[in-house]
Order: sequence, then structure tokens, then C-alpha cells
Amino acid sequence: MSDAHRRALVGALIGALSALLAGCAGPKESVVLLPSPTGQDTAVLVTHGSRQVLLNQPYAGARIARLATEAYVTDAKEVQARYGTALAAQPLAPAQFTLFFIENKDELTEESSKIVDGIFAEIARRPVPDVLIIGHTDTVSNDALNDALSRQRAEVVRNAFVARGLAADKVTVIGRGKRELAVPTGDGVPEPRNRRVEILVR
Amino acid sequence: MTPTRSRRLQGALGAILAAAWIAAPAWADVGQIKVSKGRVTVDRKGKELVALVGMPLEAADILRTGADGSVGITMRDNSLLSAGPNSILSLERFEFDATTSDGRFDARLQRGTLAVVSGRIAKKSPQAMTVRTPSALLGVRGTEFVVSVDE
Repeated sequence: MSDAHRRALVGALIGALSALLAGCAGPKESVVLLPSPTGQDTAVLVTHGSRQVLLNQPYAGARIARLATEAYVTDAKEVQARYGTALAAQPLAPAQFTLFFIENKDELTEESSKIVDGIFAEIARRPVPDVLIIGHTDTVSNDALNDALSRQRAEVVRNAFVARGLAADKVTVIGRGKRELAVPTGDGVPEPRNRRVEILVR
Repeated sequence: MTPTRSRRLQGALGAILAAAWIAAPAWADVGQIKVSKGRVTVDRKGKELVALVGMPLEAADILRTGADGSVGITMRDNSLLSAGPNSILSLERFEFDATTSDGRFDARLQRGTLAVVSGRIAKKSPQAMTVRTPSALLGVRGTEFVVSVDE
């Protein structure tokens, strides 16, 4: 083998070896924790074989390669560059509303009637809204009556929404009676804050 | 209770149950496609479906995006998942009790990029939601994070 051949071979080998090393060391997978806008507890535990990395600060990241897992810190700009398209496809966060009722009736309180415009604005923001309407009662009367009343309240809201132009097939109506009190009370206690319909717009 | 009252009550309960049954279809799904851009498909039971906005999703569905594709979904527990181009995302397991928030959500990103906002399942139990990548397991304590898998 001539010197020129030998040099070329060594060069090729070094090239292949460094490509291989780069392939092993380069990040194959990464995870980045983002700030939590609601201030809720936030963390992701990354497990890779026997190694674990806990991400519990905004922009804390982990790079997972075949031979190692390394923690790193990134920022909003890098996240936007790498994940911008995925983040842009994120659906709107579900919006929750609560409407209150007059005791023993399926009529909204005056204040709650005013919230309805806001609910319709949320529905209008979404190309394919689905709306969950969940009725509740306070602990006055028995279960059968409360189940019926809670459902009736939810249906009153549904009918009002449909009359205002919401497609009925986008709505799911549920009556939960007195099972999920917003304010815990004993039995037989009239409590305005429990006589409510929750609306979830997704 | 007199027989008439008992029958009337049964009738009323039956009506409530029937109404609950009618309302059920929206709850049988695990989630819904809210955003779909470019080429996006869903593999369901060996069939490839075009993923349209509004399409309900089922457990075990696999979402695929093309080079120009991205997709955003809202799950029944309010989790939001969105994937960028050239991604493969499997909804491997989803169980959710809307009353108690108990449930189980396991997703898998085989390729591409994924943004996650966790929902009620992860809020209820820090062990109940995971995202797998080809080599790692992410335990989701909450709430927002991004994942990428290069090929």
C-alpha cells in the first residue's frame, strides 16, 4: 500500500469513528419542562434505564442519548425554534364557568344570566367546540328529586344555549344531584353555592 | 312506598338513565382532534383514516403527521397534546372516571416533537400519566412540557 493510500484510509477511518462517536453522544431524545401558567405543581421524572432525572424548574431539560442522560437548561427561544410547530397546534385550554340557580327552581340568578355572553364568546373561539353541562343541587330533598332537578337545571341551560344557536350535538348534559357539593354541608341544608350548573367549553 | 309511587319512581329513574345513555357517545371517546394542519392520519385497527378537525379519538389510535403536518388534540380529562411535523404519537391507554378524576393515560412518542399540557388524571395522581419515548419513560407530575425524538 502506498503512503497516499494509507493516509486516505486513516483519514476515512478517523472520519467514520468521529461520526460514530457524534452519533452516540448527540441528543436523540430530549424533554424540557415549561413554565406552568396556572402556578400548579409541575415536574417531569425522566427514567432512562437505571438513571433518573427530575425536571422541576422551568426550562430544565434532559437529553437522552444511547450512552447517557444529561440534564441541561434551555430557554424560551430555543424551545420555540425546536417545538414551535407542535406548540402552535396546541388546542385552546378548556374554559370552565359556573352558573347559579334560585332555590328549588330551574331559573338562573340574575348575576349568572350575565355570564352567558362570556360562555358564548368561548364557544365562538373554537372551530369544533364540545360543551359539557353538569347540573348540581344543594342537599335539600332526597336523591331522586335532586338527580332529576340537577339534570333539569342542566337541560334548561342546554335548551337556552341551543335556542341561542349552539348545535345540540355538541352538548353533553349530566345531572349529578348532590354528589359533588361545591360547599360541603350536612343533609337538608339550603346552600346557594351548591345550586349550580358547571359548564366546560373544550 | 306504595306500588304506584314505586313504579312512578322507577319510571323517573328509567328516564334519567335513558337520558344519561343518550348523552353517552361523547363520553365513549377518549378525546377529539381540535387542530389539524397539513397531512395528518390516524391508524385505527389497521386502517388509515384522514384526521379531520372534530374527529373523535379512541384508545390505541396512532396519530401520524407528514413533513407539513401538525395536530392538536384535547383528551376527556382536559389533557392537551400537540405534535409537530414527522411525528408518530400513540394513545396507548386512556381510562378516565369523570366523577373522581381517577384514571390512567399512557402515550408514546415514537418520532417527532410533542407538546403536552397534563389534565385531571395527572393532577389527581402523579403516577397515573406517562409518556414513553423509544428509550425513556416520562412520569408526568404536571403540567406543561415538550418532548422530541430524532431518528
